[in-house]
Amino acid sequence: MWRVGLVFGAVASFVSLAGLVEALHGRWVVDGVLSTGQVLLLAIPMASGWTAARRSSGSLAARVGAGLVAGATVGLCVGLLVWLRSQVDLRGMFVNASPALFQLLSGGRPPQAAWPAAVAAGGVMGLVGAAGACAPARVTRPLLVGASAALSLALFQELVLLVLQPESLAPVRDWLFVAGGGPTAQGMAAVLTLSAALAALRHASRGRAGRLALPPRAQRMAWSVVGVLLLAALPVAGGPFLAQVLVIVGLYTLMGLGLNLEVGLAGLLDLGFVAFFAIGAYTVGLLTSVGEHGIAHWSFWAAVPVAVLVSLIAGVILGIPVLGIRGDYLAIATLGFGEIVRLLVLSDALRPWLGGSQGVLAIPKPVLAGFEFSGPQHLYYLTVVASAVVAYVAWRLQDSRLGRAWMAIREDEDVAEALGINLVSVKLLAYGLGAAFAGVGGAIFAVMVGSVFPHSFQLLISIQVLALIIVGGMGSIPGVMVGSAVLIGLPELLREFGEFRFLVYGAVLVAMMLLRPEGLLPAAAQRRELRAVEEEPVELARAAVGAATEGGG
Amino acid sequence: MAAGVLRRPVARRLSFVDAFLWAFRLAVVLVVVWGTVGTLRLGRYTGEQWVDFVVFGLAQGGIYALIALGYTMVYGILRMINFAHGEVFMSGAYTAYFVAAPLAASGFLDRHPILSLLLLVGVAAAVSTGVAVLVERVAYRPLRRAPRLVPLITAIGASFFLQYAFRGLYGSGFKAYPEFQLFKGEWQILGIGVLRTQAVVLASAAVLMFALYQFVMRTKLGKAMRAVSEDKDAAALMGIDVDRIIVLTFAIGGAAAGAAGILYALVFKQVHFFMGFVPGIKAFTAAVLGGIGNIPGAMLGGLFLGVVESVGPALFLDGLGIPAPYQLKDVIAFTMLVMVLIFRPQGILGERLAAKRA
Repeated sequence: MWRVGLVFGAVASFVSLAGLVEALHGRWVVDGVLSTGQVLLLAIPMASGWTAARRSSGSLAARVGAGLVAGATVGLCVGLLVWLRSQVDLRGMFVNASPALFQLLSGGRPPQAAWPAAVAAGGVMGLVGAAGACAPARVTRPLLVGASAALSLALFQELVLLVLQPESLAPVRDWLFVAGGGPTAQGMAAVLTLSAALAALRHASRGRAGRLALPPRAQRMAWSVVGVLLLAALPVAGGPFLAQVLVIVGLYTLMGLGLNLEVGLAGLLDLGFVAFFAIGAYTVGLLTSVGEHGIAHWSFWAAVPVAVLVSLIAGVILGIPVLGIRGDYLAIATLGFGEIVRLLVLSDALRPWLGGSQGVLAIPKPVLAGFEFSGPQHLYYLTVVASAVVAYVAWRLQDSRLGRAWMAIREDEDVAEALGINLVSVKLLAYGLGAAFAGVGGAIFAVMVGSVFPHSFQLLISIQVLALIIVGGMGSIPGVMVGSAVLIGLPELLREFGEFRFLVYGAVLVAMMLLRPEGLLPAAAQRRELRAVEEEPVELARAAVGAATEGGG
Repeated sequence: MAAGVLRRPVARRLSFVDAFLWAFRLAVVLVVVWGTVGTLRLGRYTGEQWVDFVVFGLAQGGIYALIALGYTMVYGILRMINFAHGEVFMSGAYTAYFVAAPLAASGFLDRHPILSLLLLVGVAAAVSTGVAVLVERVAYRPLRRAPRLVPLITAIGASFFLQYAFRGLYGSGFKAYPEFQLFKGEWQILGIGVLRTQAVVLASAAVLMFALYQFVMRTKLGKAMRAVSEDKDAAALMGIDVDRIIVLTFAIGGAAAGAAGILYALVFKQVHFFMGFVPGIKAFTAAVLGGIGNIPGAMLGGLFLGVVESVGPALFLDGLGIPAPYQLKDVIAFTMLVMVLIFRPQGILGERLAAKRA
């Protein structure tokens, strides 16, 4: 429990010094009382207590005691940090060790008096965490749901305020929010209790007769109607900012669907994927631009098929050399190709054609029958339609002969080849079609920004796309959408998060692989494969034997 | 093995792929030859400049080689690419900056330059070792038996996490590394004027590599490392604590990378949270070039890559009339990476390790 506490204490010190706590401190959970930064700080000893209580076996008192100690240790670490700062100038090294941060950490107390308070607070939170670990699920689950609902309200308060804009909703707004500030205490309490009560009810009614009387088919229909209506209404209700965020989510979904064919289905890890997005964007840019580098002045609609075709061909051409490479080497080789493409576009050598670092400017917005897709709210619908079409194609591909061939080579190339699958054509199709999907995204990106330049196509994008596939669940189409909503949409909405986005991505990638390798919404096959160890002991033995022979072979 | 036997007749069927690959090879060779001839005919560079390029390349290559050791040793033992190794390299150099800056401000750096350099290398190596061991413990060890793709993804995640963790902690700007007065200017070595920094870097890299090589080949722990890389299970049966050896491997690779970080800071005089990415990839190229899993190979690969990268833009590209060929320095390195992975994944010193997985 000491060690658990120390690990979490290190985490608390790290998030404080890295600036995360202070950044989140700008947003109230309860106006004037509690900020999201404070919630983060308090959650760490709680998690520490929870972990310690889960790990220790023994009587209830022993487990709660472990939680208390683990939580208090976290408090002690934070107290030590505050004390350390009073002795040496931390800011020379850690840019985010600002006075405001330490004001927050010490609660305004002088450094000598800060640590007892920190230990006490940590201990209390540790107790809460330990209680959470010991209590039955029917108690903790509703509380957890309530807390996350309240936290979501706090995180998305701008959005909620936007929806509550009309005068007719003013009473609700004033009851929920302090004018010009964060949520009110009564509002938060109401949201928390209400959602907790709902969750408790749901928990209690589970296991009894079916929740809804509708047959599954009708249920699915009803859900899709709701989904379509929601998709259509979102930008209207949320305004241009939300629409912009949704367009970006849509673009990542397009790329994700493409990469999903390669990584999720065919098992070909491609880290140079952004190159195809760039190729789609540049093709549209060059063909439609009315500026210096435009070559054809085509309309957007004529340029898109060309862009898709060019991306597809590029996918095949870059796919041919790496046909014989597998696994880790493939990842690095494709990364190399992606960087080569970016560096070439950036260089002076190709500047006369591609515009060097400034890129291709003055790309007109698409016009359809006199209607110009000018703002994000219009482009949103374009993106949704494109994503829907691509998702449909991907869905049909998944269960086709080709899709099954992809899954076969993902499992074992040699066996797949022995079964008569033509590795060359199947792999090239994966690269080509994946690239084509990304090309669609690139085409929309070009008209969204109005210019294309190499700086938009960094390796980071490839990593983000990979991350969203993994978080969503490899090989799963709904997973791609959820992944891009969570990994791309949330950070865009939470502005203060911006700087820490990639920090969180890195942590999420590692945590997902450790805790839930199949992703949030896994495809059936992937789930079977990755969870095989838990479900079938025989598989475990087989895996161990396999590993042993691999090591010795 | 069976797979190899099966592959051969298939290879004949892939003739259009082969043709494509031959065209690719031919194109690269043509570009290189054409460019070289063009450059030599232009005669824009003097012999002295070429020597400078080579010396700079060797210094650079020494740094790559030190980083490459970490890749190659980890690969030798775990058969995985430690994608976060570039960040291990960065963490040491970036942290040591906070030692170097006060040392320079107090004048200690110029009064005792050798002592300071040793101190900095020590700090950087300690930090990098710590980071490397931490990454192993958190991101790799729990996944020892997972499918291959899984540790690679955690490695990418760890790499990102480290970059942005250091950005959050130390800030996103470039930090100017203090300069050593002693290492300014040139030394005459064998009648050639060599920048002192480069000579120091090359010498330190050589000493460190020699020491590491001796450690791996002569000590008991080194022997244990080689045994684990040969066969983990058999090594465990012989009483070797495999987990400990793996940690040791990460630690040694981290220490080498930390030292390389200081040498890098000596040459480029600045540090940044993103500085690990490109040298990391290049060092990986060096490791593959030399035959991954092979320690002398990594050293050779590093030096070779450094020289090609330094000489290449002037030699191959200038003659083609490409403006500002130095912008394409990294393109040369990445092209070499891709070519090696495609055409000779077993590297120069063809290791059977690599041949097995190719």
